[in-house]
Amino acid sequence: MHLLYPLVLSALLFSVGIYGVLARRNAILVLMSVELMLNAVNLNFVAFDVWLGDRLHAGQVFTLYVITIAAAEIGLGLAIVLLVFRQRETADIDTLRDLGERQHEAMLEPDRGGAR
Amino acid sequence: MTGIEILFALLGAVAVAAALLVVGSPNLVHAALWLVVTLGALAGCYLLLTAEFVAWVQVLIYVGAVVVLLLFGLMLTRAPIGYSAELTSGNRWAAAIVAGATGGTLITVIIEAFRREYIELHGGVAGASRGIGETIFRYWVLPFEILSVLLLAALVGAVVLSRRNPDEARPAAGATAGAPGLAGGSDGTGRPGGGDRLDAGSGTARGPAGAAAPTVPAQDGDRTASVSESTGSQGGAR
Repeated sequence: MHLLYPLVLSALLFSVGIYGVLARRNAILVLMSVELMLNAVNLNFVAFDVWLGDRLHAGQVFTLYVITIAAAEIGLGLAIVLLVFRQRETADIDTLRDLGERQHEAMLEPDRGGAR
Repeated sequence: MTGIEILFALLGAVAVAAALLVVGSPNLVHAALWLVVTLGALAGCYLLLTAEFVAWVQVLIYVGAVVVLLLFGLMLTRAPIGYSAELTSGNRWAAAIVAGATGGTLITVIIEAFRREYIELHGGVAGASRGIGETIFRYWVLPFEILSVLLLAALVGAVVLSRRNPDEARPAAGATAGAPGLAGGSDGTGRPGGGDRLDAGSGTARGPAGAAAPTVPAQDGDRTASVSESTGSQGGAR
């Protein structure tokens, strides 16, 4: 099999994941897009491992580690999202601008309704 | 183009199309389910690359655990189930430009670099579970153990993060303890308690509609007032 097939597929998946991270508003959808990017990297690892014929299977073992770390990351990320939701009643990352610059806050003041 | 290449291209097309639906679908739950399709197609790609063990781990952990966890998250954040146009922010064109530039650059570089390289797939299975297991536990033991410590740390961190504050915890526990009495309703002590709490909570427009409502803090306004209110009603009921 030509090496370009898995590599191009993984590049496409990675760019789709970048679009999702940048364009989605719900925090959980952003986490899903991060998962897409991690999977693209995993495909690269496996493809290069098989291509090089590595005797230690470094690529595949590292893919297993990345999958485990992704599971840990999604657990922690969901815990943080739930915490934010419990505090702010929203998981919409466009409205979480307390650490942003001042003009954003002024822009968002009307639709927050002065609740806090 | 060999048969394996055709099969890989088909699976890749499925994966990319489902990934586009993950980032583009106006329905949250559908996006999560399209993620299952993407991950399943990628598991098929791993199988074609003779990485069997990785493929089944992918199916088990990603499709089995991560997506279910994501669906739980959608449920717990009370995400809008069904169509909603609000899921994509206004900077989608900038995001599309960035993603297109990244993808174009990566694909150009990859094609230039690996134009004449072929994967030799007929030399046996590269990722059978026997070989992977032997390499993990012979050469990669230390990262494996570190990873288990990391998983434990992540677990503890998730538990600590999703705990409530101590001042918040008591009324929530009282409310959940009161909930079975409310649901059972046959005993005399559960009734007035439930009625009191509903009266106290009616100011926040959160009445009997949500059975899970008492575990979540008050909708808006000052939280401390409603918390003390609910403790007061609990104390009055007992």
